[in-house]
Amino acid sequence: MSYFVNERGYYGDFGGAYIPEMLYPNVEELRQQYLGIINEPSFQEEFKALLKDYVGRPSPLYLAKRLSEKYGANIFLKREDLNHTGAHKINNTIGQILLAESLGKKRIIAETGAGQHGVATATVCALRGLECVVYMGEIDIKRQAPNVARMKMLGAKVVPATSGSKTLKDATNEAMRDWINNPVDTHYIIGSVVGPHPYPDMVSIFQSVISEETKKQLIEQTGKDQPDYVMACVGGGSNAAGMFYHFIDDENVKLIAVEAAGKGVASGLSAATTYLGKEGVLHGSRSILMQTPDGQVVEPHSVSAGLDYPGIGPQHAHLFKTGRVKYVSITDDESLDAGLLLTQLEGIIPAIESAHALAYLEYMEFKGGENVVVCLSGRGDKDMETYMKHFNL
Amino acid sequence: MNRLQQLFQNKKKDILSIYYTAGYPNLNDTLKIAQALEASGADFMEIGFPYSDPVADGEVIQGSSKQALDNGMTLEILFDQLKDLRKIVTIPILLMGYVNVVLQYGVANFCEKCQEVGVDGCIIPDLPMYEYEEMYHTCFAEHGISNIFLVTPQTSEERIRKIDGLSNAFIYLLSSAATTGKNLDVSTTARDYFARIQAMNLSNPLMIGFGISDKKTFDSANEYASGAIIGSAFVKSLNENDVEGSVKTFMKQFRG
Ligand SMILES: Cc1ncc(COP(=O)(O)O)c(C=O)c1O
Repeated sequence: MSYFVNERGYYGDFGGAYIPEMLYPNVEELRQQYLGIINEPSFQEEFKALLKDYVGRPSPLYLAKRLSEKYGANIFLKREDLNHTGAHKINNTIGQILLAESLGKKRIIAETGAGQHGVATATVCALRGLECVVYMGEIDIKRQAPNVARMKMLGAKVVPATSGSKTLKDATNEAMRDWINNPVDTHYIIGSVVGPHPYPDMVSIFQSVISEETKKQLIEQTGKDQPDYVMACVGGGSNAAGMFYHFIDDENVKLIAVEAAGKGVASGLSAATTYLGKEGVLHGSRSILMQTPDGQVVEPHSVSAGLDYPGIGPQHAHLFKTGRVKYVSITDDESLDAGLLLTQLEGIIPAIESAHALAYLEYMEFKGGENVVVCLSGRGDKDMETYMKHFNL
Repeated sequence: MNRLQQLFQNKKKDILSIYYTAGYPNLNDTLKIAQALEASGADFMEIGFPYSDPVADGEVIQGSSKQALDNGMTLEILFDQLKDLRKIVTIPILLMGYVNVVLQYGVANFCEKCQEVGVDGCIIPDLPMYEYEEMYHTCFAEHGISNIFLVTPQTSEERIRKIDGLSNAFIYLLSSAATTGKNLDVSTTARDYFARIQAMNLSNPLMIGFGISDKKTFDSANEYASGAIIGSAFVKSLNENDVEGSVKTFMKQFRG
């Protein structure tokens, strides 16, 4: 069985390109060219150089000793939080900005939820001198004020999405509408492994550096490249896709994806897509999404803006359906507690998104000595206000 | 031959189609509007079934879709409202909406229901051509439903030929690559594009849509196609307290 995309743009039953004709030429151009461009030696050279010198890669694989003691297993944290701009998102935006340049595009658009992808996009646009417009839900603009300021300082125009739930899903709609209305000079940098083919595959390729490095680091630190568990949080699923990429075909490695349960999967305020969702089409691909029986997309909820999305990427839908990856969920409160715990045991304040992955350690049973890799997808600076409110800091 | 195909056989110019969203302004306005449109001279109409995330639509149709959903509209309710359609409306009817709503309803169910209530075709902008061709074409054909494809200024000639081969009623020519509700661009580039498509001698007639808002833009579209489709401008003109009256007023400029 293949867990990767086939030549038609599908992962099993999922994927494809469900887009209106207005987007077809742009998406088709990308589909025809992305692999050729990415595989060019000059592209690889520039991509790797920027990841090293600008992003600060390889990110460390850190054995969290006190956390390991608490849980009775060797917990390794893949430190994407130490990347420039504070999350894994920049791996993708570096890749896509180079690709956009190869395609001769002059204007960049993006959607953002937590603001991390928006900041990562605004950053690479500043770096390369390209115009940048970021769509962000009106509600997210309020709860992620520091990131909005960073994007503005970086020269991006931040446009509020005021339709629907005014969060990530609606920002994505607005970005797609912008692309429809600017069909020639614009490249849309999607921030996760969602969207029409080839986006899910392209973004996962750029994020696969996470697991590529992890394997090397595991050999150095444990003597083998296969841990017992690999874990990551899932919004659209890009840090998880990158964290899983080189482990997917290692069937002995158990993969765990952690979704946001919000106030609880049965509360009506949740973003646990695999639990609450059904197969359907959202944002250009066939996947699993939260929807009514009539096919209307249900508005999700999570304390973490980056996980507040009603779908998951098509590869995740396939990994879920085939059972290759176990999908679980963690509530708002559990994630905040896990964030505090990591802060106090290891001196690392994680993004609330990443704290969801950490929180699942509480539910795992270890015999002792297992090697567990958790993707620490981002740092918690952007979430200080939420932490402060919740813990009365 | 369905009503739509008949229409295009009998009428070659000045065809006017109106789009509106089912369930807007009020949940039960769907048939009222259809009847008023026929009475005031529309040649056919497109009834939109609303979707929560209409990426191809501008603000007006986003707004009418949201209102329709808030009013409780679903595809199931729409088919129920259309039960008596053919007792009161004779002109061709298309349904227009996004693929997820059709998938949840079930494509086979959808085709069956369309035929049952007397719908002649549909426009599903985010249904990929390959999927239609491989999975749904037969089902649509069996139920006499014409699937309408869109063409933009960026659509390649090769693809337009393919679309022409898969179409059996008309081809929907977008005035520009844009979301709905923008104004018609009658610049020389648009004229060049319309003329280019006209010169391809396609086997299907052309209808121009997106950005047609009044008599003037309707007339200029008519120079290059069998007619034109009006959506946002019509939806915007609907008065929830006098739906029939507002339809009449809007239509006067075309069929005065
Ligand atoms: C730190 C962090 N982790 C995770 C996510 C979720 O996105 P994805 O599932 O694509 O990794 C985000 C999104 O903004 C994020 O900022």
